[in-house]
Amino acid sequence: MAKEKVITAHDLTKRFGDFVAVSKITFDVEKGEIFGFLGANGAGKTTAMRMLCGLLMPTSGQATVAGFDVFKQTEQIKKNIGYMSQKFSLYEDLTVAENIRFYGGIYGLRDEAIKEKSAQLIKQLHLDGQEKTLVRALPLGWKQKLAFSIAIVHDPAIVFLDEPTGGVDPVTRREFWGLIYEASARGITIFVTTHYMDEAEYCNRVSIMVDGRIDALDTPANLMKDYSAASMDEVFLQLARKAIRSGD
Amino acid sequence: MRMLKFLLQKELKQIFRDPAIIIILFIMPTIQLLILPAAADYEIKNINLGVVDHDHSEYSRKMVEKITSSGYFRLRDYSPSFKQGLKAIETDKTDLILEIPANFERDLVKDNESTLFVAVDAINGVKAGLGGAYLQQILGDYNNEIRTQWIQNPRMSPQPTIDVTSSDWYNPNMNYKAFMVPGILVLLVTMIGSSFASNNIVREKEMGTIEQINVSPIKKYQFILGKLIPFWILALSVLTIGFIIARLVYGIVPVGSYFTVYAFASIYLVAVLGLGLLLSTYAQTQQQSMLVSFFVTMIFNLMSGLYTPIESMPGWAQWIARFNPVTYFIQVMRMVVLKGSSLGDIRVHIFIILGFALFFNTWAILNYRKRTG
Repeated sequence: MAKEKVITAHDLTKRFGDFVAVSKITFDVEKGEIFGFLGANGAGKTTAMRMLCGLLMPTSGQATVAGFDVFKQTEQIKKNIGYMSQKFSLYEDLTVAENIRFYGGIYGLRDEAIKEKSAQLIKQLHLDGQEKTLVRALPLGWKQKLAFSIAIVHDPAIVFLDEPTGGVDPVTRREFWGLIYEASARGITIFVTTHYMDEAEYCNRVSIMVDGRIDALDTPANLMKDYSAASMDEVFLQLARKAIRSGD
Repeated sequence: MRMLKFLLQKELKQIFRDPAIIIILFIMPTIQLLILPAAADYEIKNINLGVVDHDHSEYSRKMVEKITSSGYFRLRDYSPSFKQGLKAIETDKTDLILEIPANFERDLVKDNESTLFVAVDAINGVKAGLGGAYLQQILGDYNNEIRTQWIQNPRMSPQPTIDVTSSDWYNPNMNYKAFMVPGILVLLVTMIGSSFASNNIVREKEMGTIEQINVSPIKKYQFILGKLIPFWILALSVLTIGFIIARLVYGIVPVGSYFTVYAFASIYLVAVLGLGLLLSTYAQTQQQSMLVSFFVTMIFNLMSGLYTPIESMPGWAQWIARFNPVTYFIQVMRMVVLKGSSLGDIRVHIFIILGFALFFNTWAILNYRKRTG
């Protein structure tokens, strides 16, 4: 039985002058899936993600996100996705509650919904009593969890996470993945890039990008079998060694 | 409109949460308005005078006394020879030398004429020009005084002269502060408007928060309005503070109505804020945006007719001044404050500034991209 596809990409390509950042990538993501997007630094993960989010115009190929075309219907896409960029992007000079309110508001949430969401979110993140703390003052791990929760405050169909756990301690990372599983259980499709191979094993399926191409795409178990590797780490190393491009 | 409400709330909270911004927005302009007008004085005072008197007569002594009692000159050097007098100019002790020839009194009495020599240090052109002119005027007065004393003398006939009297309208006392303060206020409002708005957006670029905005369904015009309105309010507040200072400190009350000024300022600010937003769509870092807006406002300010009349600029510079929004606000400000012009009198200015507002904002919206190529 074919599941509903929320992301489709066919030969999606991005060129910057002579440099081909993303080269003819083809893949589908199913509804409710946790899709891992792996690759070394400079492999083209962020570029591909930015094209899907409507932040970057693709050079050629086709792709749809939530059923909308990435060339022409970016504004409709934006209503249906959440995005957490590599760079921390909550307003550090606003409080926890103000950030939730602002992002809820610009995604069209009603006042009651914002109130409800804020309460729920603060409880879930154990931020009780910290509503009026400036985000600047939170530890990085908390910031990242808050950023993720705010990225899905409007219950999008898909959420794009660009290295969401970069620089975060292992305990917080585990908690972060707890939040991801919860969101996935609510039917939100997760599209996540990461460097951590233990995290790759948490995904339903992973793709591995090398020099702008997708060189492997399957469930972590199948990939380990195909590459006769004991861990995703080994799979990744075998593939990443083929890279010609140097990391950034 | 709901979207806009959230954007404005966020922006105002951020602005008023930053302690530096209150200082920059309100205290800095206040201080500038208190200090700058005193410096932007067109009168030249305390010109350092050197005298080389070869005559040492009663007439020459009286003449020097008359010059120094005018209040414009300070006698700083009294040299026996011109060469030494020149040394005083070279060491910056004096700005000009008055050389009185040896037989000044004798020639004046006997031949009814004598020649004086004035040498001026012209490094500072304004000082040299005005200083020379003041000195000539004082010498002319002195000349007339002597002649009036001699008028009984049958050999002398009073020189027929044409006397020109002028009356200064709108600023009868030629109070330069009434002229400068409104203009300086325009500059303050302009700088706050353009550079603050532009810096603010670029800051979001640097922080990465703009990406979060770009990936949301916010429309471009909503985002631009969300940035424009808060700074529009702030700049009008600065204008108000400026008017209060102008009234309390300088006693300047517009002859025309405040309403006319604010009506024009409202449109004007949309124009300069639009310019700021436009700059921000090009700049990537706050440093770039600061430097560019510094450059632009510098040109705008110097070519606005605040310090020097536009009519005396070369033709090409007058063209630049015509494409400078600051020019129009300074004109309007002076027209309303000093002359009492009404909305009808400044309608051409209003149309032109509307044009600027449309032009800059359209360009800014077109150039702001939620998606990059």
